[in-house]
Amino acid sequence: MAKPTDVVRIGVGAGFADDRIEPAIDLVERADLDFLVFECLAERTTARESLTRRHDPEKGYNPRLIERMERILPLCLDKRVRIVTNMGAANPGGGARAVRKMAEEQGLGDVPVAVVEGDDIESIIRTMPELPVMETGEPVESLLPNMVAAHAYLGADVVCRGLETGAPLVITGRVSDPSLFLAPAMHYWKWAPDDLPRLAAGTIAGHLLECSGQLTGGCFADPGMKDVPDLAHLGNPYADITLDGQVEVGKCPDTGGRLDRATATEQLLYEMHDPAAYITPDCVLDVTDVELHESGPDRVRVTGAAARPHTDTYKVSVGYHDGFIGEGQVSYAGINAVARAKLAAEIIQQRLRENPYNYTEMRVDLIGMSSLHGREPDGPEPYEVRLRVAARCDSRAAAGQVGFETRAMHVNGPSGGGGGIDPIIREILAVQSVLLPRQLVKPRIYVEGAA
Amino acid sequence: MLRVYDLGHSRAGDKGNTSNISVTAYDDAGWDVLQRELTAAVVAQAYSHITPGPVRRYELPKLRALNFVIEGALGGGVTRSLAQDVHGKSLSTLILTIELPGR
Repeated sequence: MAKPTDVVRIGVGAGFADDRIEPAIDLVERADLDFLVFECLAERTTARESLTRRHDPEKGYNPRLIERMERILPLCLDKRVRIVTNMGAANPGGGARAVRKMAEEQGLGDVPVAVVEGDDIESIIRTMPELPVMETGEPVESLLPNMVAAHAYLGADVVCRGLETGAPLVITGRVSDPSLFLAPAMHYWKWAPDDLPRLAAGTIAGHLLECSGQLTGGCFADPGMKDVPDLAHLGNPYADITLDGQVEVGKCPDTGGRLDRATATEQLLYEMHDPAAYITPDCVLDVTDVELHESGPDRVRVTGAAARPHTDTYKVSVGYHDGFIGEGQVSYAGINAVARAKLAAEIIQQRLRENPYNYTEMRVDLIGMSSLHGREPDGPEPYEVRLRVAARCDSRAAAGQVGFETRAMHVNGPSGGGGGIDPIIREILAVQSVLLPRQLVKPRIYVEGAA
Repeated sequence: MLRVYDLGHSRAGDKGNTSNISVTAYDDAGWDVLQRELTAAVVAQAYSHITPGPVRRYELPKLRALNFVIEGALGGGVTRSLAQDVHGKSLSTLILTIELPGR
């Protein structure tokens, strides 16, 4: 599947932390890629990995980095496909060293790895307690005692500097998702960082690609209404981008899924607020006039994206300890099942109120009825219902009681309660965002190993 | 009555405590109805038991799509919500249940 000579082809290796690896391998083997991008950092992941790094200074990168690279790096070296990934998480340097060690052990030789750091700006945030939290407007000061990490979303310019080292693999920490894809195009075509029409092209391509299979038919199927072929073998997408910023997205033939106007429109608007102002570190993207044209089987041409200059700030994710959530579940079936589940919920909540702990927020879900959309449906009651109780608490012990009291419904509650689970206790790392003047952030780019 | 489900398809995304929910029409006729009838107020009403809002609506006529930005819909946000579906991915299918007057 040779690519046209006038495009750079950028494929998606992963669009979330738990993505499959086979579609990435298939792309490298068959799609004639120039670059492969793995986007694997959810909002709170860098905070969680910062805690890991405190326990082990060489860890704190994505736990799947090595298993992924074991599968993909030999192929990419062979086919001269360069890799960009944010799997460095809270420790890109540590990740780079671990990959090099793996490569050495696998007989791949001395593989240089470019490292992009400087997104970790916790120490700066500590000196700026007055910064307002974006959603609440309150000063970030109240979060500081419980803060575990703060990372700025860096942009494509910094990733480009990693690519300029010539290393076959560039590992970053927190970088905005579209920037990971814009960067290879900028680097390949030597676009200027203020070339707005081309930044718009690379950014919209990145935005479409960043969730991988969500462009090619994932998160889309509704049997009989919106059918998607062979989802079990869903293919990952790639983008073809020309020197002057023409964009087409496609996927490998003989893979599952579909790529057309419908799937591309859903993904274009995914996680977008004002379509005229999608803010990234690289530009402010305007998709108001975007048009999608089906230019071939599973192939869509994207036109009409525009951009304005980037803002003066970086968005920063502040991760902080936010107590615990405890949870329990138990099921009821048959005649009057819903009433029995509701009685169980009352008993559990009363037991929790009467214990010495303080639950600041409780939630009762009737799974099968109201747990997702939050309203009880009209019409006949379901034959089975699963009760779920969750509560916010300030200690592990308090959280454990939620599941304990729920499982007690097996014996001490309404008739026929079964299928309880071990108490779920989750330690919460929450995230809030602040905006930080860009000049305060000092990105660092270096190479592990001889370039 | 027409259901939004019969006229278009939907996807939900999350940012902090805000859900954005797009509705894309299957065809021009569906787009006419959606554009006219699926107002921010109608959507705010359908989600009012989840959040007081506000709800903002954006139009993308070239894509025959609407984008609704619904504040406060995610129980405090992905990282701290007590809900089962912390991302609110299933909130996309709530908008499809809304009934609209046909022409």
